[in-house]
Amino acid sequence: MAAQKMTLAKGINAGLRAAMEADPKVLLMGEDVGKLGGVFRITEGLQKDFGEDRVVDTPLAESGIVGTAIGLAMRGYRPVVEIQFDGFIYPAFDQIVSQLAKMHARSRGALRLPIVIRVPFGGGIGAVEHHSESNEAYFAHTAGLRVVACSDPADAYWMIQQAISSDDPVMFYEPKRRYHERAEVDLDPQAGSILGLHDARVVHEGTQVTLLAYGPTVKTCLQAADAAAQEGISLQVVDLRSLSPLDTETIDRVVQGTGRAIVVHEASTFLGMGSEIAAHIQQECFHHLEAPVLRVGGYNIPYPPSRFEEEFLPGLDRILDAVDRSLAY
Amino acid sequence: MTEIRDVAVHHETVVPQAQQDITDGGPDMVQFVDGEGTRLERTAANTPYAEIVEALTPEDGRSMYRDLVLVRRLDAEGHALQRQGELGLWPSLLGQEAAQVGAGRAMRAQDFAFPGYREHGVAWCRGIEPEQLLALFRGVDNGGWSPSELNYHLYTIVIGNQMLHATGYAMGMQRDGVVGTGDEDRDAAVMAFTGDGGTAQGDFNESLVFAGVANAPLVIFVQNNQWAISEPNYKQFRVPPYQRAQGFGFPGIRVDGNDVLAVYAVTKAALDNARAGQGPTLIEAFTYRLGAHTTSDDPTKYRSAAEVDIWREKDPIKRMRGFLSQKGYADDAFYESVDREADELAVRVRTACQNMPEPSQERMFDEIYVDPHPVVEREKAQFMEYQAGFETQEAR
Ligand SMILES: Cc1ncc(C[n+]2csc(CCOP(=O)(O)OP(=O)(O)O)c2C)c(N)n1
Ligand SMILES: [Mg+2]
Repeated sequence: MAAQKMTLAKGINAGLRAAMEADPKVLLMGEDVGKLGGVFRITEGLQKDFGEDRVVDTPLAESGIVGTAIGLAMRGYRPVVEIQFDGFIYPAFDQIVSQLAKMHARSRGALRLPIVIRVPFGGGIGAVEHHSESNEAYFAHTAGLRVVACSDPADAYWMIQQAISSDDPVMFYEPKRRYHERAEVDLDPQAGSILGLHDARVVHEGTQVTLLAYGPTVKTCLQAADAAAQEGISLQVVDLRSLSPLDTETIDRVVQGTGRAIVVHEASTFLGMGSEIAAHIQQECFHHLEAPVLRVGGYNIPYPPSRFEEEFLPGLDRILDAVDRSLAY
Repeated sequence: MTEIRDVAVHHETVVPQAQQDITDGGPDMVQFVDGEGTRLERTAANTPYAEIVEALTPEDGRSMYRDLVLVRRLDAEGHALQRQGELGLWPSLLGQEAAQVGAGRAMRAQDFAFPGYREHGVAWCRGIEPEQLLALFRGVDNGGWSPSELNYHLYTIVIGNQMLHATGYAMGMQRDGVVGTGDEDRDAAVMAFTGDGGTAQGDFNESLVFAGVANAPLVIFVQNNQWAISEPNYKQFRVPPYQRAQGFGFPGIRVDGNDVLAVYAVTKAALDNARAGQGPTLIEAFTYRLGAHTTSDDPTKYRSAAEVDIWREKDPIKRMRGFLSQKGYADDAFYESVDREADELAVRVRTACQNMPEPSQERMFDEIYVDPHPVVEREKAQFMEYQAGFETQEAR
């Protein structure tokens, strides 16, 4: 199969289609995912081709969606749930944390819940309240779940399929402001470029400082690397891809190489992913560090009204400022 | 301001639940035997189920009685084991035996049940070994059995969560083509159990929405035992649960939860409908929790002894025994043999509890994920190494 240029949104759509074709037990569930194809059109055309029993327009109740998905999974199905926006996952928090994450353990392995929960996340689209959040850390903190985030069309296409074929529950974070970014996707399953679901990837080589990012901030970090290069500073950029488990082997290797690390995410920094990553690095790479691990992220306030988001979100300037601070040590 | 006063006046026209008699289920309640076990005449409420009861044989009646007695003894043993420090907690089903045995016996092997945490009687009917029930309350396991073996899900402690799992499972049965085919041995349905307090949960109400919309083969079985720990019905709802079903688009039935024949008949009818593809039913079994909420509770703080006494008179076992005796279906020799069996069961449960092996500590790291997980594996290895350190010290 040849490579195709497609958007990140189309990558997920094509990945869902491939998974549904491969396994009749794969179901899509969510609000408006049928005729409309979801508010972001990620499931566009799938109900027409797979029918209403496999692409299910559910009642508007998130706990109900995840709770019934658990029942369907117990019956042998592989539900892929769409949460319409990040900020609307909280009604399902109880089902995810109390049931989805724990069922395999509490049944001592007798039950498997191969459920994927897709969450369009992050800001930068000028949306109203509750439509721009980054709540991945809540779920990364929860044992029993796997948490991943894609950042480009190729990962979108392959990672969604890998998430669906995982027998564990997977929280699948989609950077909504990158939905329309285009890139080449190699559709050949033998392609050497396909990584495991939980592998991090060095997306830009560099020698002086390592930027660790995931989801929407990967692109911001790549832009920062380009800008820094013009000033003669060499930044390495790593797309973490998996937030739980973290690919600590790759993290250790790259940070031991540069001796300087900055974690960049949209979520508030206090007890965000950056906290865990910084703690890990200081423990495992202590003698290699030339500077403290820095974090650039959302401020520790509720996501502000959209007129403030340019300043709230970690942009080029804040990343480059952190790079300067790191290099000053 | 006038508008607000109008609303207040309107509300006063609704009879507050607090003023209703919680010992009387009212005329809608399906009942077949009275407090003494006398078979009642047909009423508007029980007529639709009369044929099911009439089809029961004396042997069925004896077998139901046996279940009631054995389940009560199993429960008493659980309570005693907690008091002796063998279990951390025990939620007693005392008083609810008929509701659980009636419902459990109405199920077929291919049906699937989702219990709360008090459904020891349903578990018994599904064939769960009594000692398997103890593991959770002894703290050696969060489950205790494999749900798919006997189509009985693990106990769910977060009130209401299981209602949605049951609904989803029923939606899966629809997709599997085991609903409404007319094949008695294949068509299947799901039962979801919760309590009166559980009906206030969002998940409970969402399950009614989802089941109604999907027309899922689901029987929602609410054991209204009048209390949610210390809170009475009138603090949970303004309209009794069985009346709520209509608003979700399917029938709701109140049944005398202390009348095992009535519970069996109503549940069987609801399951038959569900298997036939006619959608959900909500059953409210009107019953009473004679004991404390759990072994940690002190009900004297919130309810009167007089209320408990009234309900003691409605004892489900006494009623079934009265029925069997009046009909001449059982004699003293039978009752004595059941009591002996109960004694044997008690010994078996006690011995199994005391002999339950202590779990190896590293087991806590097992089966967290299906696929290998580096964090769990690393911590398990570290833990075992740490433990081994003590062992070598001891060996010295
Ligand atoms: C979500 C949730 N909140 C609180 C509790 C604590 N709790 C355990 S049982 C119970 C009362 C339940 O009452 P009811 O539904 O009537 O069932 P019953 O105990 O009477 O069988 C409460 C509040 C819980 N287990 N789950
Ligand atoms: Mg109750």
